[in-house]
Amino acid sequence: MFKGMKRGNLQMRIRDLALLSCVALGIAACDTVPTTTDDSSMQAGQGLDSSGFPLGSQEDLAVSAGDRVFFGFDRYDLMPEGSETAARQAAWLQKYPNVTVTISGYCDPRGTEEYNLGLGMRRANTLKSALIDSGVDANRIATISYGKSILLVEGSTEDAFAQDRASVITLN
Amino acid sequence: MFKKYTIALTLLKGLVFGLFILPSLSPVSAEMVVEITQGTFEPTPIAIPDFVGASSEENALGTEMSQIVTNDLKISGLFRPLSHSTFIENVHQMGEVPRFGDWRLTNAQILVTGRVRKEGNLLRIEFRLWDVFSEKQLEGIAFSGDISDLRRLAHRISNAVYKRITGDAGYFDTQVAYIAESAPNTKRNTRRLAIMDQDGANHKFLSNGKNLVLTPRFSPIDPQIAYMGYSGQKKTIEAQVYLMNLKTNQKAPLGKFKGMTFAPRFSPDGSHLIFSQTQGGYSSLYVEDLKSHAIKRLTNSPAIDTSPCYSPDGTQIVFNSDRGGKRELYVMNKDGSNPHRISFGDGIYATPVWSPRGDLIAFTKITKTKLCIGVMRPDGSGERLISQGFILEGPTWCPNGRLILYTRQTPTDRKGRGGTSRLYAVDITGKYEYVMPTPQDASAGAWSPLDYN
Repeated sequence: MFKGMKRGNLQMRIRDLALLSCVALGIAACDTVPTTTDDSSMQAGQGLDSSGFPLGSQEDLAVSAGDRVFFGFDRYDLMPEGSETAARQAAWLQKYPNVTVTISGYCDPRGTEEYNLGLGMRRANTLKSALIDSGVDANRIATISYGKSILLVEGSTEDAFAQDRASVITLN
Repeated sequence: MFKKYTIALTLLKGLVFGLFILPSLSPVSAEMVVEITQGTFEPTPIAIPDFVGASSEENALGTEMSQIVTNDLKISGLFRPLSHSTFIENVHQMGEVPRFGDWRLTNAQILVTGRVRKEGNLLRIEFRLWDVFSEKQLEGIAFSGDISDLRRLAHRISNAVYKRITGDAGYFDTQVAYIAESAPNTKRNTRRLAIMDQDGANHKFLSNGKNLVLTPRFSPIDPQIAYMGYSGQKKTIEAQVYLMNLKTNQKAPLGKFKGMTFAPRFSPDGSHLIFSQTQGGYSSLYVEDLKSHAIKRLTNSPAIDTSPCYSPDGTQIVFNSDRGGKRELYVMNKDGSNPHRISFGDGIYATPVWSPRGDLIAFTKITKTKLCIGVMRPDGSGERLISQGFILEGPTWCPNGRLILYTRQTPTDRKGRGGTSRLYAVDITGKYEYVMPTPQDASAGAWSPLDYN
């Protein structure tokens, strides 16, 4: 999937964004082909959103609320933009109460593997707490950390590193 | 052929039936010692002609062994084996004592000669180490073992040369476990657990790359590694510490834990495993008794406590924590009492590992512009950085306490191309280092104990 994405030069930028969230999963990337929807989102939403994605789907989340929030270097507190995203994500999750999610924490590569596993977990929990504070049931949210062992974005630049430091919501 | 007298008769794990120190054919001298604690380091020129036998079969075995020794000493970075084309004296016609004048002309400072005899499946090996300038025998050892252990027998010769020249235990009959990476610092990277001899021979993958695996660590007492691995997908995804038996390749999770478990390390006697467990956003240190499976919590603060490592006597634990705001190194007693900070320099400190000699703690240091590998004394004094670069991390000690193995990564370009990740072994003086001969990109190396089988 990833190779095709690189070579195929997809015309739909938005679709590209949504795909990114699947690629980001790394391990399970090939299992989360975005054209399919799982049971819960089928229940959650009937019809398509304004971008043409099924309502209540992973792609719908990515496009209408944003599937990730970013963090500063060595930090795990939400930045203002992240707080806004989290509020949109919480509203989205309340709209689709059957959806359960896993929040994955990620770090940029300029750290140490083990500490970054802990830091990624903190980042995942920061977002989880924000969603709970906005009324999402804690039982709907699982967390995991990939530390720096899976990178969200390629390239050894500050821009890339900034996008590597994130918590990403994936629909179960 | 050589007059032998037994100094020691030891049974070493069935490999060596008898170990004999060969008498010196000249007065033993202590002149040939490589001093690498000061000044600029130059590898020592060494001549290692083919080991010889009395038949073409024995000659072939001898050649194979001398090549293994040559490779060991070359990749150690301490020696510069000379090309055989410069040799003048024919080893097949060599008397009991080499013609030192001939060897001086090759610029060799040290000469290694060996003889091989094959009796059934038994190899009898004699080797001698000569100081070409003082014309003295530095070492002479005879031993034997099964032909199937030929590589290990050769590594024993490398060990003897290394020990005689550096004064430290040779580490050539050891293995390295590590994470093989297919495309470091890219999204398409896969990671596989792998193991090989320290010279790259007998390479073997221990996992298939489907699941993410991290940070293998050797048991100090039996053929077993602990590592961190992911399993499942989405809702069922788990990240846990696993134990793998290296004889059977069977793996099993350490136990059933609520949070993630990671950063495993064995106690020096192999009886306990210490690790981090997450609870919410925090990570604390726990220790499990591997026999009774009793688990004890060692730290309890709203912090990330990780990368624990015991002192070699097992009484203390050094670990990484951000409990004070910034990531620093702390030492506590093995029961968790009396935690105190030992790192006070600028920058961020991480991944402390206690030297097998007990006198140093190696660590990763992160500054605004680079990552470094350094060492300090266990009280935090005497900090010294010995290697630096784009991304360096994960120091681990060579079991002889002389070298530190670590991961060195180079950056990728904007499209994620060109990044590399390799294991480097650096001398604690920082004067020389070499790349571990992994067949592909690598990270998170761990060195087996010296007498590991």
